[in-house]
Amino acid sequence: MDRETALPLPGERRKPTTSRFAAARPPRLELAPAPRWHGIFEWGLRVLAASAILAIALILIFIAKEAAPLLYSSAVRAEVTLSKMVFSQLWPGYDEAASVWQPVSEIPKFGLWPLVIGTLKVTIVSMVVAVPLGVASALYVSQYARPRTREIVKPLIELLAGIPSVVLGFFALIVMATWFQNVFGFESRLNAIVSGVALSFAIIPVIFTLSEEAFRAVPRSYVEASTALGAARWQTIMRVLLPAASPGIAAGVALGLGRAIGETMIVLMASGNAAIVSANFADSVRTISATIAAELAEVVFGEAHYTVLFFLGTLLFLATFAINTVGDWTIRRMKAKLGGAS
Amino acid sequence: MSVGAAAAKPAKLPARDFGRTVGNRLGDAAMALSSGLAAALVLAILAVILFDVIKNGVGHLSMTFLTQAPKEGMTAGGIFPAIVGMVEMVVLMTVAGVPVGVATAIYLHEYAPASARLTRLIRIAVANLAGVPSIVFGLFGLGFFVQFLGAGIDKVFFHGDKVYGQPALIWAALTMAVLTLPVVIVATEEALRAVPNELREASLALGATKFQTVIHVVVPQASAGILTGMILAVSRGAGEVAPILFTGAAYFLPHLPKGLSSQFMTPSYHVYVLATQSPDVDATKPILYTTVLVLLALTFVLNIAAIVVRARMRRQSGLAH
Repeated sequence: MDRETALPLPGERRKPTTSRFAAARPPRLELAPAPRWHGIFEWGLRVLAASAILAIALILIFIAKEAAPLLYSSAVRAEVTLSKMVFSQLWPGYDEAASVWQPVSEIPKFGLWPLVIGTLKVTIVSMVVAVPLGVASALYVSQYARPRTREIVKPLIELLAGIPSVVLGFFALIVMATWFQNVFGFESRLNAIVSGVALSFAIIPVIFTLSEEAFRAVPRSYVEASTALGAARWQTIMRVLLPAASPGIAAGVALGLGRAIGETMIVLMASGNAAIVSANFADSVRTISATIAAELAEVVFGEAHYTVLFFLGTLLFLATFAINTVGDWTIRRMKAKLGGAS
Repeated sequence: MSVGAAAAKPAKLPARDFGRTVGNRLGDAAMALSSGLAAALVLAILAVILFDVIKNGVGHLSMTFLTQAPKEGMTAGGIFPAIVGMVEMVVLMTVAGVPVGVATAIYLHEYAPASARLTRLIRIAVANLAGVPSIVFGLFGLGFFVQFLGAGIDKVFFHGDKVYGQPALIWAALTMAVLTLPVVIVATEEALRAVPNELREASLALGATKFQTVIHVVVPQASAGILTGMILAVSRGAGEVAPILFTGAAYFLPHLPKGLSSQFMTPSYHVYVLATQSPDVDATKPILYTTVLVLLALTFVLNIAAIVVRARMRRQSGLAH
């Protein structure tokens, strides 16, 4: 066994390497003198490459720009302010203060909590289903399956990722909702459980792919050492493979979480879209993403409702951005701790 | 450690269990069974969706379905305008997005110093761009393309008449191009990584400049991977709905798109419309199922093509090492 893949010696410091990025780099030397326009070409490449940064910046700027009147426009603020959105209000006809989302009623109400709770409920259901299924099937494909089986199962699960979300939404709305209602006797046909389970179909492949990669990236020497010490296979899995693969699994879970919070079409079609505050997962829910999709087409440019929907978009953007960044950071830290185990 | 070395020896449990107590055997059986069941369940989900869509959709599928416009309030006829709209949107998206994505990947892998701040920033931007929710892309398309660029063009060239300052084919395509940028970048970079360094060294040793090496040696070698990225981007673009909800997709159009500023129909949005907005759900159901079947068949063919091209590419680069 070569030194690179072996366990680090005590006190040995090793640069963390990853299987995904530790590729052979192109050589840095340049022997032939290059004509000037080659340099111009390289600058062009650099400018085009920066377009990804530009895109992210433009997205944030142009969503926040449409949401900004919420903070300064008096016409908008006459109808809705941040504090009215966050804190429960005593609306006429209500006995006690409540957070209500009724943007097109006579007195427009823009309480955020029904939407936030709806988003959380659907996300929780989808993650509860997707994380165990994604990680366990990755474990099976990478460790138990024969190479032949692996070559068939892996692309099939990845094919699941290719199903457009509108098709999953359609399937949840037309087929699954009826099945679930018949089996569980839900009062409302479309609810957090149906949409959450359908959403998990979109997330399982994300978690599967990254977990599978993580399991396979664990150096074989770890497994061999564990086996040599007399560990049974399941002990090796629990004590060696899972901890060593945890950065990759965490990456998959983080990506899946971001996807779950932002996914639109599935929840728009299968969640029932009722903005209710309740702890019951069998109630209809309305998520932030579905609210934007359902309501933006009917609002007037620049009015309060329009501004609030862009504000919701800004919230979604920031939430997913934070999850991605924190996930990325966690992964890098764990990798550093494991000393290049991933 | 190169990718080749890592791929040669992935972690793999021993074929037989060395722990021989009853508890260990039970533990191992439980682990194998539960993980196997999980994989089987995931495959079953795929199978059930496919089975249901094929069973209910294939009966209505015919040549006329693909070549006719919707009729009688979308309870009869076909999806021809939607197919045309999708092809136009996807072509525009590819033309606008793929060159930028490929250039970004070439810069990142062949030129950029790995530790430079710009390189790190670009990588962070690409990773985050891939995580932006699709509905946010829709808002961005509306705010930036339609109401900023489009309205700006109208002000300058059309005396304020609404031509480009409204949802249009071109804006939907450009929004989708931004959305699929990370797909192209990731696939292209993977392809560039698979090009053996010996080829670059040989080219440089023969006196080629870096530019010539990249254009004449590296990019041709990576063309299969670039194609993979393009196919995946097209598949994604054909299936997404949220980004085009407010940037150009139309509920129903009596004619085909007339130009870049025209709205368009597309199968994915058509599925949403038929499934949720139809006044008579039972009457539209056969058409709905068949539209889903067409959409699903299209994305599966594209995805399988991408898998095959990628597998072939990996095998080739494996041989080269």
